[in-house]
Amino acid sequence: MAAQESYPDDLKYHTEHDWARIQDGEATLGITWWAQDALGELVHYEAPDEGSTISKDESYGEVESVKAVSDLIAPLSGEVLEVNQAVVDAPETVNEDPYGAGWLVRIRIGEPPEVDSLLDVAAYKKVLEDA
Amino acid sequence: MSFLSLTDADREAMLAEIGVDSVDELFRDIPAGMRFDRALDLEPPLTELELQRHLEALAARNVDTTKELSFLGAGIYDHYVPAIADAVLQRGEFLTAYTPYQPEMSQGILQAIFEYQTVICELTGMDVSNASGYDGTTVAADACLIAKHATGRSKIVVTEATNPQVRQVVKTYARGFGLDVVEVPHRAGATDADELASASQDAAAVIFQQPNFFGVLEPAPDLAAAANDAGALAIAHVDPMSLGVLEAPGAYGCAIAIGEGQGTGNYPAYGGPHYGFLAARNEFIRRMPGRIIGETTDLDGDRAYVLTLQTREQHIRREKATSNITTNQTLLALQGLVTLSWLGPQGIRDVGETCMSLAAYAQERLGLELVFADRPTFKEFAVRVGRSARDVIRDSRERGVHPGYALRRDYEGLDDALLVCVTEKRTPADVERLAEVLHEVAG
Amino acid sequence: MKLIFERSQPGRRGGEPPRYDNLPRVDVPDELSRAEPPRLPELSEPEILRHFTALSNRNFGIDTGFYPLGSCTMKYNPRINERLVGLPGFAHLHPHQEEDGAQGALELMWRLQEILAEVTGLHAVSLQPAAGSQGEITGLMLMHAYFADRGEDEQRRKIVIPDTAHGTNPASVTMAGYEVTPVKTDPRGNIDVDDLRRKVDGHTAGLMLTNPSTLGLFDENIEEIERIFHGSGALMYYDGANLNAVCGISRPGDMGFDIVHINLHKTFSQPHGGGGPGGGPIAVRDMLEQFLPVPGMVRDGDAFRLDHDRPKSIGKVRGFTGPFGVFVRSYAYIRSYGPRLREMSEVAVLNANYLLARLKDTYDLPFDRLCMHEFVLSARWLKREHGVTASDVAKRLMDYGFHPPTVYFPLIVPEALMIEPTETEPKENLDAFADAMIAIAREAAEEPEIVKAAPTSRPIRRADEVKAAKQPVVRYLFDEHPSRVQEPAGVTPES
Repeated sequence: MAAQESYPDDLKYHTEHDWARIQDGEATLGITWWAQDALGELVHYEAPDEGSTISKDESYGEVESVKAVSDLIAPLSGEVLEVNQAVVDAPETVNEDPYGAGWLVRIRIGEPPEVDSLLDVAAYKKVLEDA
Repeated sequence: MSFLSLTDADREAMLAEIGVDSVDELFRDIPAGMRFDRALDLEPPLTELELQRHLEALAARNVDTTKELSFLGAGIYDHYVPAIADAVLQRGEFLTAYTPYQPEMSQGILQAIFEYQTVICELTGMDVSNASGYDGTTVAADACLIAKHATGRSKIVVTEATNPQVRQVVKTYARGFGLDVVEVPHRAGATDADELASASQDAAAVIFQQPNFFGVLEPAPDLAAAANDAGALAIAHVDPMSLGVLEAPGAYGCAIAIGEGQGTGNYPAYGGPHYGFLAARNEFIRRMPGRIIGETTDLDGDRAYVLTLQTREQHIRREKATSNITTNQTLLALQGLVTLSWLGPQGIRDVGETCMSLAAYAQERLGLELVFADRPTFKEFAVRVGRSARDVIRDSRERGVHPGYALRRDYEGLDDALLVCVTEKRTPADVERLAEVLHEVAG
Repeated sequence: MKLIFERSQPGRRGGEPPRYDNLPRVDVPDELSRAEPPRLPELSEPEILRHFTALSNRNFGIDTGFYPLGSCTMKYNPRINERLVGLPGFAHLHPHQEEDGAQGALELMWRLQEILAEVTGLHAVSLQPAAGSQGEITGLMLMHAYFADRGEDEQRRKIVIPDTAHGTNPASVTMAGYEVTPVKTDPRGNIDVDDLRRKVDGHTAGLMLTNPSTLGLFDENIEEIERIFHGSGALMYYDGANLNAVCGISRPGDMGFDIVHINLHKTFSQPHGGGGPGGGPIAVRDMLEQFLPVPGMVRDGDAFRLDHDRPKSIGKVRGFTGPFGVFVRSYAYIRSYGPRLREMSEVAVLNANYLLARLKDTYDLPFDRLCMHEFVLSARWLKREHGVTASDVAKRLMDYGFHPPTVYFPLIVPEALMIEPTETEPKENLDAFADAMIAIAREAAEEPEIVKAAPTSRPIRRADEVKAAKQPVVRYLFDEHPSRVQEPAGVTPES
């Protein structure tokens, strides 16, 4: 049911356990394997509105499991282009496939320099060691 | 000590297992400077019989409704509590159980609260109820917090005709919540919907009471509409015993229904413990404070009840909790459930109609000027007694009757106003007696 | 088991309220009138009583058996208190009664206030808060008022809380408009004083601490902690959840705390009632008295009255003077012990240490010290070696006839089991519980499937909490209700 532990090389990471896939001025965002494992099976995704603005390091929504609720911390600022309705309908998708079908939002990147402050996979794995 | 079972032999064996020589050694981690080095300055212990005598003596100095014919209301009501409600509450499996965090040990309480949540939703016309709040005042503060998070606004509008203690508690909490509270005055005992509408621009919520503190029936659907038009949540503070004859708040546009449950199943008990109820439309389910019981199935596929959406509560979300409530008022809410089950839909309608009839009869027999003429009322009404209401109360009580609540305690310009409450526990003969006494003592 | 609504039959009723002839008939105006009757249960009185009796048979209370929930103090609830709270002079007293008609109630409250001041070592008491968590938020409001009065409220925004704190503490802090500053626990289970020194300054309003802590350990550095906070001009708040350990032995006021809440439903025997009611009175140092909730109480010789003239009061946190029925029970309880409350605490601590001694070789003990009235073990060896968790142990204890201890709290101990026996348990109950815990550890090694499948002897097996959260069904939905229960009519429901 839950995915195997993994941290893809082609993604950028944030210390609050989110990932970003950057492509042509847009970013797709989600939570990492470690985050979904800590939360347990997700039961609810409180998504932002399409068209709204999110800000780096601030909360843009929530995911909830039986044990805990977690803020989703934006790794980058930007305008929400699309919310993954499939996760809204079936939050456990995040546990099954956190980097693929379990993506949460797609944004137009508002501040391109922010991308440089994100971690690569090696730096994120170091964060996990200390967690 | 009858509650302790420890014998000398027990103590010896236990100290040996622990590996210390005395009970005193168990406290060795307490720094010497922190040790309390004398006996507590408390009176010597009483045996059970002595305790009973002492408490009976204290109770005997209280003039309760079995000693004085009382027409006091003003938020706490002397409605009939059926014997079966007491019987259920005395079952030790309910009385002495803890919060149902282990569902397999607590299906009794969990299912009972699920049933309570259902009856509250039925009465109020709402989709979700919590498992109770502390009382009818604190649930108003809870509702304000829901409204703040739902609308992003920070102004609360409350009618002056809402119970003064409810307003006071809301103001006490508002500071910490970052909310401003604005009051809309009553006009001849009721609230003007247009005036409410103007005050409600940019409000997160509008709180009104039905029936209001004066016993008057507010134009509730219009007040709710005024709130909704302003983009604020309409919050109705309602009397559960009125909801057999009055429309449910959910049916006329309210987002949240709150109130004091005491009149439905609890004794007045000098103010508590009682239970507050809070129910809302489904869209607010994840913002509800307090516990919520949900239905599910167990490993065998059988029906089971559990605490659900616990992530909202203090023990998981910690800093982000929708409230900090842990201990609530379950036992009192259970008493409410039993009472409502005993009444049934016909009974709650009958209670409402009887109260209204008796109150109307009282208005006739008293023959005193109504403070708020031409306003429909439920079980309470305000009359002018021709001189200081406090003096009239004192003089009536000398004749064995408590005639009602002095409205000057909370409202200006009402020194001679008495709020008279007539529940189904009063008889027509009781009303006659009230009339007799007031004719003697009124100005 | 059926829901009460599933037992309803149209036209049945329990009791009948009085109806009188020849009274005016009053009609509610149409626009305010109820259109559809509420779908309340329709049963006769005997069937209502059977339903609730059956429900009670599916529930476990202190009256049923050992209930070692850490941090909850599940001690015996004396039955005499139930008789006393039902006296008409208490039960039927209206809270708006004139003060001269409520002198017995007011005297009882006054005496309880005096007692709580003596037990806590502080000066003034408010009985108003309805529960410990309400006491907390009241205490935090007092801090705001105190600092605002000194012109320091704007700069003091932070409350320090240890990482072992009960979840109400940070929730209360947020509700009161403060920010949480967490502080670490050291390997001895005390607050890490070095970490604390770095975090306390002129922006700190106060500390919220329970002592002994949720680990059941008395903080050995309490004197240094007091110096740090008072040295910075901050206040100290005591969460009284663990007061059962130290009554008459060490007083929070003497430890330096300025504000204390007491849980009447823990230390002072108010029955928990399946979730409440409770009482959370607060005691304060004299400089805070003027800010206490209104009304206060005043004694004039032999007469007692309520005082609403408190211009600096924070206001009102609950209706009237608080949960009076809870005061009656706690007052009666305390009067039956008097100064021997000390013995109550001594036996609570003795019982806990005995149980700890019996269990510490079987389970992992994170902090190797004598405990106070409760202790925390970890099931992490069982998890690592046999895949059996604290939750599994808790469920299996049910099959042995015990209510489980608190699990997964405090958060700093993995697979935590927090055990508080209380003073009213005899030694043989403690031994039976220890034997069961040891047996379960053996089962975990030899037959883990049994532990993981537990419980099998309760009215339900393990419940699907994920489903409950995903598709919340929070009331009976009548014709649309998703489940049905088969029960033959005329048969007493199974417990």
